Amino acid sequence: MMKRVLFGVVAIGLVACAAYASFYIAPEERTMGAIQKIFYFHASTAWAGETTFFVCFLANLLYIWKRQPQFDWLGVTCAEVGVACITVVLITGPIWAKPVWGIWWTWDARLTSTFVLWILYICYLLLRTLVDEPDRRALLSALFGVFAFIDVPIVFGAIRWWRTQHPAPVIMGGPGSGLEPTMKAVFFFNVAVMHVLAAFLIMERYSLEKTKHDVELLQHQAEAR
Amino acid sequence: MALLSNAAVLLGKEVRTEFRSRELLSTTIVFVLIVVVVFSFTFDPTTNESRRFGPGLLWMAFLFAASLMLQPCFLREQVNDTLGALRLAVSDPFAIFLAKICANTLFLLLTELLMLPVFAALFNVSFGAQLPGILLTFLLGSLGISVVGTALAVISAQARMRELLLPLLLLPLLTPILVVSTEVTIGLMQPEPYMEWKGIGLMAGFDVVFLTVLWLFGEYLLEE
Amino acid sequence: MPAAPVRSIGLQFDKVDKRYGAVYALRDLTLNIAAGECVAVVGRNGSGKTTLLRAAAQLVRPSRGSIAFSGGAEDAKAAIGFVAHATMVYDELTAEENLVFFARLQELAEPKTRADELLREVGLHDRKDSLVRTFSRGMRQRVAIARALLAQPSLLLFDEPATGLDAESNLWLTEHLRKLRDTGCTILMSLHGDSELARLATRAIRLEGGGLIADTRRGAMFQSIFAAAGC
Repeated sequence: MMKRVLFGVVAIGLVACAAYASFYIAPEERTMGAIQKIFYFHASTAWAGETTFFVCFLANLLYIWKRQPQFDWLGVTCAEVGVACITVVLITGPIWAKPVWGIWWTWDARLTSTFVLWILYICYLLLRTLVDEPDRRALLSALFGVFAFIDVPIVFGAIRWWRTQHPAPVIMGGPGSGLEPTMKAVFFFNVAVMHVLAAFLIMERYSLEKTKHDVELLQHQAEAR
Repeated sequence: MALLSNAAVLLGKEVRTEFRSRELLSTTIVFVLIVVVVFSFTFDPTTNESRRFGPGLLWMAFLFAASLMLQPCFLREQVNDTLGALRLAVSDPFAIFLAKICANTLFLLLTELLMLPVFAALFNVSFGAQLPGILLTFLLGSLGISVVGTALAVISAQARMRELLLPLLLLPLLTPILVVSTEVTIGLMQPEPYMEWKGIGLMAGFDVVFLTVLWLFGEYLLEE
Repeated sequence: MPAAPVRSIGLQFDKVDKRYGAVYALRDLTLNIAAGECVAVVGRNGSGKTTLLRAAAQLVRPSRGSIAFSGGAEDAKAAIGFVAHATMVYDELTAEENLVFFARLQELAEPKTRADELLREVGLHDRKDSLVRTFSRGMRQRVAIARALLAQPSLLLFDEPATGLDAESNLWLTEHLRKLRDTGCTILMSLHGDSELARLATRAIRLEGGGLIADTRRGAMFQSIFAAAGC
């Protein structure tokens, strides 16, 4: 229990450090000014989200293979944390875009495929609420999760090709592209911190899922008597 | 090869059953027509506008129709547990998927081909010489829709709210098909038509990838 | 007279569990059925009879444990005939179309001849061109049995086969099962209680809560299994 609290404190402490670094250590960007600093938070959360979805994909595959409930718990946990990360990405992007570009949104390749990714994993979570029996729920959502994850790069490729036909403003260049050394360091520090935060959230949510399962088991045993 | 002969027998039954009742085809065709008409109220259907928006609206109509048409795919196998009988009879469960995918692709394709002249007449678009290109686009697009749709039909048949769930799961997964097939169709309907071979490649790639995923994981979808 | 099966096969359940969430449909089931036995499976509703049969038919995947077939059955599925609660035939096809379809799927030689043969055997030859949708419950059960017998199975699984049948159909079913038993087919049938069908069995097992609680061969204890099942 102490270890979990400690980890939480460390994670939040690191986030505070990352915020400090983004505002006070990283230099201000030449053309965009202070608003550019949201990029550190935005892009690092995106990376953490993508890593989380990859772990979800692995958990899905492992569940299909091994059928151990722990992999199902890991899958739903990662999906939820991933959706939370991408929600942050989809909110911080427009917050940055409006003052800089004058528009809230553009249908460029990265934004659009991020939006589809977000919707796909929301569908994953919705599907889980519609299947009552736990083992069936685990298997069907794992299979959908596999389909969804494999679809994401194809979505990105298709939309990127589509955008070559209809060019649109690209919000934010690639991370690390054209970043001066201090900015790069702050950026990668943010990436690491966001991963630590995601890991903490995953651990907490996982133990919640495990407890839920244990309670259901006890309830069932009590009713059987 | 047992897989292909099983799939052929199953496909024969699917087609025979459908052509006997024609209920799926007729309702799907009418639905696509309704969607096209309703959507046409949302923009001024001059020929230039039609060329820009038409293909997108056409493919959206096909997608919506498919998400409804695919519902009975496995639901009707639950009625008398004929799915159990099929699983017992075939040597490879993938044959069941292969047959359903071919049948669904065929029905979708038929719907699309019947709608094409209607669409051309309603929106004053011509593409006579582009017919082979359009056929190829329709074929690859319908195949992609059927592969993913058939897999998801199995999932939604085992869940609650299945009538809503199938379109919900299907439409985001089919984003690549919608985007690419619309783009390719736009190219074919221009005054100076052109064939987007890269798009065709993307669609074919999508079809192959998801057919492979279904081949690898299909038996788990059917498991009890 | 039904044709003799190609070979006789036995069935072994080894510590089989089937869980649906926290509910055990089958619990630690170990059971050995020898080739040629005719076994009655009794128990209350929800005791696991249907799950046992579906697991034997390889339609249900055990959560734990294994199910093996003996008697040189390289492809056990091909040797199984399953008659479930549901008819497992298509209402929108005729009796003959259904049988020919399943015969073709199982890659039988001369599917139409085999279908014809079975339709005569189950007494539905004069209705072969009628849609199954128009059949009574008893007639549908006969089509279901014909479908199960297409490939001359060595293992027959019946899930409460007499449900909803009238006296005449019941009699027909009992006679037919007797003939099949006498040709050496291994039969596993779930029953609600003592009946004509039960008298065909050479062995009876009782399930409760997914577990095996009684297992007797013909003899003094036999009738008590049915009575104790409370059916």
